[in-house]
Order: sequence, then structure tokens, then C-alpha cells
Amino acid sequence: MNWNKIYGLSLRHFYLIKSSFPRILDLIYWPSIQIFLWGFISKFFTLSSSYYNNTVGVILSAAILYDFLFRSSISYNMMFLEEIWSRNFTNLFISPIKIKEIIAALTLTAIVRTLIGMVPAALLAIPLFGVSIFKIGLPLISLLLSLYIFGITLGLLVTSGLIRFGPSFENIAWASLFFLAPLGCIYYPIEILPEWLQIIAKILPLVHIFEEMRNILINDIISYTQIFLAITISIFYFMLGVAVFYISYAGAKIRGTLINVGE
Amino acid sequence: MKLEVKNLEKKFKNFTAVKNINFHIDSGQTLGVLGPNGCGKTTTIGMLLGLIKPSNGKILIDDENFENLNREKILSKFNFASPYVELPKKLTVKENLEIYGRLYGVKDFTRRIQEVSNDLNLSKFLNKKTGELSSGQKNRVSLAKSLINNPKILFLDEPTASLDPDIGDFVRNYIEDYKSKNKVSILLASHNMKEVERLCDQVIMMKEGEIVDRGTCQSLIDKHGRNNLEDTFLKLARNKNELE
Repeated sequence: MNWNKIYGLSLRHFYLIKSSFPRILDLIYWPSIQIFLWGFISKFFTLSSSYYNNTVGVILSAAILYDFLFRSSISYNMMFLEEIWSRNFTNLFISPIKIKEIIAALTLTAIVRTLIGMVPAALLAIPLFGVSIFKIGLPLISLLLSLYIFGITLGLLVTSGLIRFGPSFENIAWASLFFLAPLGCIYYPIEILPEWLQIIAKILPLVHIFEEMRNILINDIISYTQIFLAITISIFYFMLGVAVFYISYAGAKIRGTLINVGE
Repeated sequence: MKLEVKNLEKKFKNFTAVKNINFHIDSGQTLGVLGPNGCGKTTTIGMLLGLIKPSNGKILIDDENFENLNREKILSKFNFASPYVELPKKLTVKENLEIYGRLYGVKDFTRRIQEVSNDLNLSKFLNKKTGELSSGQKNRVSLAKSLINNPKILFLDEPTASLDPDIGDFVRNYIEDYKSKNKVSILLASHNMKEVERLCDQVIMMKEGEIVDRGTCQSLIDKHGRNNLEDTFLKLARNKNELE
């Protein structure tokens, strides 16, 4: 890995963010809107639901974590799409940069984009709704790490589709997370799902992450096994995502789609 | 650096875009690739740049098979400019050149950016966003990017397309001058026959994925009994059988 090249490619995205105030505003706007929406929903459920009784902010915390996943994945996809939209794709892929360096640069830069949006939103929830995601304590770092790895994995799968099918795959980029959300048990316990869907849900890291978050906030119990499982499953999918990306890249070279992907 | 292509072929399902072509570019030479749209020029350049995997044949760099060489090491000695491939518009010229300086592993990229921007009259635009430049200025920025790593082999796809005669002449002068000073090998794909006559040592003419003729510009003009390369091109493009 050449870190100077990774830094160079990351710079391309930092310069882009820095160059446009509306772009920064856009990064902050959506997570903040989510906080407002879910803050009021959370407040309503806290007052009206026995399950969420005395556990102020469980839904809002879930919304913040889910948005973190969403932003991670979208950040990754957006940076890749920027190369297609700006017709810079060919320049990038003929430069002497390894595929793993491209993946590393996008992965490292996506966290910056994600944090630009999520930190203000998470801080906003404290004075507005009296909910602090930081109440989860140290396990929060592990949960965020697991969400981030899985978010990047989804980004990798979508970008693999963009390489394979071209910009027409763009709509899938936006829809990918909504497809998995019902199985993630973000706002409800896994028992709500039919048994056969529970089996599928358990092979995704999301259910372990959000079950663990509820476990900590409602029962005040930390299950390190659940956290370990969430991270392990996320890493497994990440490795799968990297493999799919390499396969798509090799396939695109055979089909010749890399040369006109921006057109 | 010498580039040689042996029996290169590219098939896409039932369609053969490039059919068994052979050519070479010696160190410091310029090869013109001419042909009508869809003749296989872009596919050929794509294969040479490692963007498209050939179905058959070999690409040799200094007599070594491209496939056996370190991809990054080879690509650090190549570069490419085309008006159809752009640089991020929201970034300044300097930012774009810095990024590609880093990606190409240019050691003192700040000095190199100064050099290429001075040479191409871009110094006063360095802090301007690339998207705000005129097409002539963008074209020179694209050329500056392609020279940032002092390439040993330069691929130019219609480098003066859509430029006014003055800027077009400036770019051609610059390429000519750069080539004489740096012994760079150039593959030039162009539809501008005067440009090809001026810059190219050898020319290959492609049609329907095949090389239908080759030689120096003058030898092709003489061979086909025409007055200039444009008429020769038209003859070849319109009737392949006349060659045989």
C-alpha cells in the first residue's frame, strides 16, 4: 500500500467538500432532519409504549446508529459516483494506483464525510430531546465500528455494480439500505419477525448491533459475545465485498466497460 | 521506451472490435492512429492503458509482456489525455494537478506543477476551478495532467479537438517541442490530418478493427496517388478494397 497515493485520492474528496458550502450543508442537513423526526417519534413512544417506558431515547439512538450506517454507505457510493459524474473515471483507473489503494482511500475518506453529518446530529439530540448516544458508553465504539464496516461493505457491493452495469446501477445505490432495513431490526426486537426471517436476519450484523444497543439502554447489560459477533460478521461481509469488487473490476476489463463508464 | 503490439485482438461476444493488429512505436517516435469512428481506435488505446483485457495477442513494453510486468510500475511511465476524459470540475487546476502528481508518485510535484503550468501558459489559472475554464484552457490542463509524471509513453486522443486554430497550433507546437526534448514515445489518435502530418513519424490506418494500411504520411499519400493525407484517409475509409 502506498499511503501517499491513498492520501492523494482522499485529498480529491476533501478538496471537493471544502470547495462547496452547499455540499457541507447537505452532509449535515439530512442527519439533522432525521434527528428531529425520530426525536418526536421517540418522545411519543416513550410516553405511550410500555416496552419503551422509562427508556427515553432508545428509538432515537437507533435512528442515529442507523443513519450512521446509511451515511457510511452513501458516502462511499457518492465518492465513487463523483468520479463517474465528473468523467474522471478513466484518468483514475489508468493511474498507477492499486485497486486496494482505491478501496482504502474511499474507506478512509467515507468516515470523514459520515462524521461531518453525524457529529452535529448526535450533539443536537442532547439539548433538543435529552438523548445522548454516548450513554451507550465504550461499547458504542464497537457498535459504530461494526456499522461502519458493514456500511462500507454495502458501498463496495454497489460500486461493484456500478463498474459491472455502469451508471444505470445508480438507483440501486440509493435503494440498497432500505432493502436491508426491515431485516436489521433497527426499531423493534427480532421476535417481531417471522421465524424464517429471523434466521436470515441473524446472518446480518445489523440485528446483533441493534439488539445489543437495546440490551445496553433498556437492560443495562453488555453482551461482549453479541458485539464480537456483530464485528466478525461485518468483517466477513467486508471481505466478501472486496472480493466482489475485484471480480467486477476484472469482468469490466473483459467487457470493456471501464473505458466508457462515465458516458 | 518501446511499445510493441503483436496480434492484438478484442472480441465482445459476437463482435470483434480489434482484429489481429500489429504495430510498434520506437523510443522517441510518434505513431498516428487514424480511422473512422468505430474503427477500434479507442478499444486499442483502452487495451494499451490496461483498461480493457485483450482477447488475444500481446502488448510488449521494451520487449517484455505487459501482463508479466508490474502494472503500477508500467502505468507510472504512461499517461493519457483526451478531451472526452475530464478532471473534476469543482477542484482548482492546482488541486487536480497535485492529486495526479501524488497518484503518479511524482517526488517534487510542486515544482513539476510549476514547470508544466509555465510551459502550457496555465500559471494564472492554477487557483481557478477547472470547470470555470474555457475548452482551450481545459484542454491544456488535461495535457498538463498527462505530462505531470514525465511519461515515457504518451497516449493522446484527439488532443486538439474543438480548439480554435490558434490554441490548436499552440498545443501542436508544444507537443512537438516536448517530444524533441524528452524522447517520449507518442501514440496519437486524431481526425485532424494536418496535425497527423505534422506530428507523426509513422501512421496506421484502421477500419472495422483492422489495420488497412501503414507507413509515413508521405509514403501513404504517394502510394494512393492523392495530394494530401486527408484525401488518402477518405479513400481508405470509403473503400477498403481499393487497397488490395
